Amino acid sequence: MRIDCPHCGSRDIQEFVYRGDASVPRPDPDGEDALARFIKAVHLRANPAGRHVEHWYHAGGCRAWVKVERDTLTHEIESTVFASEEIGR
Amino acid sequence: MRYSAFSLFREALRKHRGWTPTWRDAAPKSSYDVIIIGGGGHGLATAYYLAKEHGLTNIAVVEKGWLGSGNIGRNTTIIRSNYLLPGNEAFYELSMKLWEGLEQDLNYNAMVSQRGVLNLFHSDAQRDAYARRANSMRLHGVDSALLDADAVRRMVPILGFEDARFPIKGGLWQARGGTARHDAVAWGYAHAADQRGVDIIQNCQVTGFLREGGRVVGVETSRGQIRARKVGMSVAGSSSRVAAMADLRLPIESHVLQAFVSEGIKPKVPCVVTYGAGHFYISQSDKGGLVFGGDLDGYNSYAQRGNLPTVEHVLESGMSMMPSIGRVRMLRSWGGIMDMSMDGSPIIDKTPVEGLYLNGGWCYGGFKATPGAGWCFAHLIARDEPHPTAAAMRLDRFATGHILNENGRGAQPNLH
Repeated sequence: MRIDCPHCGSRDIQEFVYRGDASVPRPDPDGEDALARFIKAVHLRANPAGRHVEHWYHAGGCRAWVKVERDTLTHEIESTVFASEEIGR
Repeated sequence: MRYSAFSLFREALRKHRGWTPTWRDAAPKSSYDVIIIGGGGHGLATAYYLAKEHGLTNIAVVEKGWLGSGNIGRNTTIIRSNYLLPGNEAFYELSMKLWEGLEQDLNYNAMVSQRGVLNLFHSDAQRDAYARRANSMRLHGVDSALLDADAVRRMVPILGFEDARFPIKGGLWQARGGTARHDAVAWGYAHAADQRGVDIIQNCQVTGFLREGGRVVGVETSRGQIRARKVGMSVAGSSSRVAAMADLRLPIESHVLQAFVSEGIKPKVPCVVTYGAGHFYISQSDKGGLVFGGDLDGYNSYAQRGNLPTVEHVLESGMSMMPSIGRVRMLRSWGGIMDMSMDGSPIIDKTPVEGLYLNGGWCYGGFKATPGAGWCFAHLIARDEPHPTAAAMRLDRFATGHILNENGRGAQPNLH
């Protein structure tokens, strides 16, 4: 597997550290039910078989956090953007 | 059919023409008392203990592929009970004791071999950690011993004792641990469950749950509707997919774990050996092949195959622990899908959906737990209360804070 880092270009997977599902929003700590929402956000995952948007950290490169759209059934990577961006569809 | 030395002798005399199938390939009936989703080791063991220990006979195991086509046929066959935490250790020891009587109980040769499990340590700090673990095991009545380097050398002389960076200082030894023939475990449970009237339904994929008033009352399958009073899911890497059909979201990620086997060589590795300076575990099969594995690939996957960087990493760990392994050719590698939980420990519990029970989150450790998981899951389904040794394996522990985190790495599944 190679990840197309938006900053560095195509790089070997070994340069990256995996974080996990990027579709889980961080709850508002001052919001209603903050504790329950955090428990869910930290622990519960959709864990889909198929398209998965996930965070990787380019530890062995530019140290940017990137958002990768990947198929968990085939390991095929569809697109990669900086973590601050939205994946264009 | 009952297997014995006599039946083997009799069949040898008549050219093995009298053997009958080990289990019936059943067609689904319209309803059962209990349906177990997943015809792997855990599912078959659950069905068997439901029939044997709890007197239920109207049970079906539904399997989407063929029997034992998942992780029960893809693991590195290690059995042990050398855990640290009270919530885990008693359970794994129950499982270990069931392994010890398994073949007589099932009337099936599962080649359970108590050749011992040796966890190497390489520093003073690691020795202390293993001493603590050895003591924790003994507090639960489990044998353990802390070996020094000389004792390890006498046991497994081919290890890299003089490694400059990670010299071997000794090891934690559990003599009762060992290996079992993984496929035969599934076949044995299938055989014994079938003898007690359990229907094993292969090529029958669950596509949804039948629900009445919020309660699960059966399953939709590729071979039609099947109703049941209770449904248990024991589907390892597919836990999240099956749970999603009941609108549940689990504290589980599915990850691929690779395993490897070398060409057959003369006996070199007399027990299970695990590396303390990297993630690597190895044993030698009775055919002579070295069976080994290491880390997860580390990203969500349902592919049942991994990538080459992990292969390289595992083999490097192997070379570091046992340098002569470099002269052996690797025969095969394969991948299985692990249901990695958020704290690295399993879940055997009711779900918030009435009538639906969950056995999952086994991470790397599902195989050794096969008898214990079946025993405790059957207890939970039959009596609606957790078995005492599995009472800590709750689904809601992530909300209450009573997590079972053996290595203290937090809610990051690929680190467990």
